[in-house]
Amino acid sequence: MTATVSTRPDVIVIGGGLHGCSAALHLSMRGVRVLVLEKDHVARHASGVNAGGVRQLGRHVAEVPLTVASMALWHRIRDLVDDDCGFESHGQIKVAESEAELATSHARVAELTALGFTHEEVVGQDELRALVPAIADHCVGALVSRGDGAAIPFRTTFAFRRKAISLGARFQEGGAVTRLVRKNNLWSVETADGGVYEAPVVVNAAGAWADRIAAQVGEPVPLEVIAPMLMITARVPPFIKPVVGATGRTLSFKQFPNGTVLIGGGLLGRAMRDENRTELDFSQVSVNARTVWDLFPCMRGATIVRSWAGIEARMPDQIPVIGPSGTQPDLYHSFGFSAHGFQLGPIVGRITADLITGGSTDLPIAPFSIGRFAA
Amino acid sequence: MSAPKFDFDIAVVGSGPAGLAAAALAASKGASVVLLDEQAEPGGQIYRAVTETPVRDRKVLGPDYWHGAELLGPLRDSGAAHWPGATVWSVARPREDGPDGERSIQIGLSRNGAAAMLIVRHVILATGALERPFPIPGWTLPGVLGAGAAQVLLKTSGLVPSGATVMAGSGPLLWLLAWQYLQAGARIDAILDTTPKQNWRAALPLLPGFLRSPYLAKGMKLMLEVRRKLTVIGNVTALRADGDGALKSVTYTRNGTEHRLPADTLLLHHGVVPNLNLANATGCAQRWDEQQRCWRPTTDAWGATSVEGVSLAGDGAGIGGARAAEEAGRLAALDALHRLGRIGREQRDQLAAPHRAALDRALTGRAFLDTLYTPAEAFRAPADDTIVCRCEEITAGAVREAVRLGCSGPNQAKSFLRCGMGPCQGRLCGPTVTEVIAAERGVSPAEVGYYRLRPPVKPITLAELAALPKTDADIDAVFKH
Repeated sequence: MTATVSTRPDVIVIGGGLHGCSAALHLSMRGVRVLVLEKDHVARHASGVNAGGVRQLGRHVAEVPLTVASMALWHRIRDLVDDDCGFESHGQIKVAESEAELATSHARVAELTALGFTHEEVVGQDELRALVPAIADHCVGALVSRGDGAAIPFRTTFAFRRKAISLGARFQEGGAVTRLVRKNNLWSVETADGGVYEAPVVVNAAGAWADRIAAQVGEPVPLEVIAPMLMITARVPPFIKPVVGATGRTLSFKQFPNGTVLIGGGLLGRAMRDENRTELDFSQVSVNARTVWDLFPCMRGATIVRSWAGIEARMPDQIPVIGPSGTQPDLYHSFGFSAHGFQLGPIVGRITADLITGGSTDLPIAPFSIGRFAA
Repeated sequence: MSAPKFDFDIAVVGSGPAGLAAAALAASKGASVVLLDEQAEPGGQIYRAVTETPVRDRKVLGPDYWHGAELLGPLRDSGAAHWPGATVWSVARPREDGPDGERSIQIGLSRNGAAAMLIVRHVILATGALERPFPIPGWTLPGVLGAGAAQVLLKTSGLVPSGATVMAGSGPLLWLLAWQYLQAGARIDAILDTTPKQNWRAALPLLPGFLRSPYLAKGMKLMLEVRRKLTVIGNVTALRADGDGALKSVTYTRNGTEHRLPADTLLLHHGVVPNLNLANATGCAQRWDEQQRCWRPTTDAWGATSVEGVSLAGDGAGIGGARAAEEAGRLAALDALHRLGRIGREQRDQLAAPHRAALDRALTGRAFLDTLYTPAEAFRAPADDTIVCRCEEITAGAVREAVRLGCSGPNQAKSFLRCGMGPCQGRLCGPTVTEVIAAERGVSPAEVGYYRLRPPVKPITLAELAALPKTDADIDAVFKH
């Protein structure tokens, strides 16, 4: 190829997680030239090692319009990224262990109905047992979202990356962004490996490191670095299709097609983000194991072969930051997904592209404004 | 919450030569020490079952084996607690939140089907070696097993293979086992030696060191005896196990010609590599050892790792053999005592002097052996149709394909292929996956790196984890013995 192509991108995306890759994809689909800067490698942290839940069930009401729109994208994910991402839709279920918990579920459905959403429903004991025959006898019912499911996080993030690259996006891995300055309407982004990149627009999708990017431009946010723990069992015969959570305690429980069972629930280990490292807290892992012991008696003899934790960001109000910077022009944020951002990946990338290419989006993102943390 | 009652100054993990020596020495100097070991009896792999092997004829296993028994008396006399049957599945990095900001390290272990967390101030990992994986086509067939595994059966149960038996591979242990089988009167039809011819040229400059080695005479005697009594076929360059549902024959290539031997049992051996899973999962830095062609945790002259309060001794820190392990165990114990403030620096150095000299003696000639017995690349990075990850049935070809799709190292191979994601957490595929990716990318194994391993390093049941005791009384119930 001999044609000279300008190497300056239109947009620099900081962070090669699912949200960075999704923003890169949606921008590339619109002909925008994108450069993604990733400090390690794509999907190294939360996006590669999370539980893979594709869940509308039980989300914060502010997120419901986004999650429903994202679900529509998930159900035709192959059209978007040329890969099914391992997505399987067998529903997500939140088990109620008492009548009081079931009442909470009814209240939740009433709240959603009032807002015009119908994806969640309450089922009784018989229906619960039909959906999850292995559930413990004491469970009285559940909240169900039948269109939900799970996908494979690393594969998903890589599919977004691959498709973005096929549309012209570039990825630069292995150098952390150290400095971000704006002069003459142009962002200059420096990386630890000596790179200097310029672009008119920047997207901050730096996950657990996003607050540092924001602080660079005078926009501090109260981001907490967390390490949600997961564990996985050796293979057991297939016994469950939906993803199961609990109403009164934290749980994320699902079986992969290969028979292994993933157990999570957001219990936290310790995150050391400067070292790219997490440490497990087995007293908390034990709490998680106890929940499974109670809800799935058939799992008591299962063997745990591995446990781990990813490094993620959590905001004080448990919902993400999405939208334009409050202090800088041509800077957009997409971070703080608070340990449940995977399902939102496809739509938030589109929202970010909407904002950059059209100045607005048709989805209600006001609750996610970074301005809510402004002093 | 009050501090758990069951805590120790030092925990030693593994009761092979390094662990036995370390625990005995540390306890004899007044530290409270617990020796944790997965097996029911002390000895590790090398001295496995030394207290109760049914092999009564001492000459079958050789005098080096029986030396192991000499380590048991000092351990008993030292007052160290010895907890056999204790599987350590996690060692957390130290935290400074103990009483008075004292260093505390949490060890997750299982005993008699119950799990608990033990608190100590220093850990000496003496986790020993694993057989280097030797993946050839057909190595997953029943009838094919590691020579080391076969040796375990000999030591613990006096079992030897029956029917046509072929041994294949390279390395000192192969000769030792062949010799032991000879002594035991077992049938060995042939030894297929895969030591590459060109290794001799590389090793020759290191021969003078080996000539001073204490092992030379013993090793030569053993090899000569084996060569005199058994069929040894050298320069084997390719190897395949064939059979339908079970091993029937072994096909090998020698000087460009293929040959076939009928076999009911094939014992494979490719040398040993450090068992670093626990050190790796604890976060100890590790480095690629080009001479031994394996990953080894980074340690100083005392076995201290990059993690404060965690040291390593013996083959788990780099292969040196049983006698070297024993001395390294003593050095690690002295350094731990020093770090805990039990002895001064000067006293440590003084007490260490004879052990350091003995260690140097034990390591004399090691470089020659390492170089001579470096496995051929064709076996380290096998052909495409060979399974490398047995747990997930991933072939070398699949790993190479993933590299072409952008997989740059073993950790990404986990995400791409589930390679190394099974219950063994890469024990059987890790070294091979590193070699295959490095060769495919045309870079050093040091550059592609190794798996990041995760606790539990040994599988534990959900029930054990769910019942992890929270109170002193609960912990007491687990540890009481």
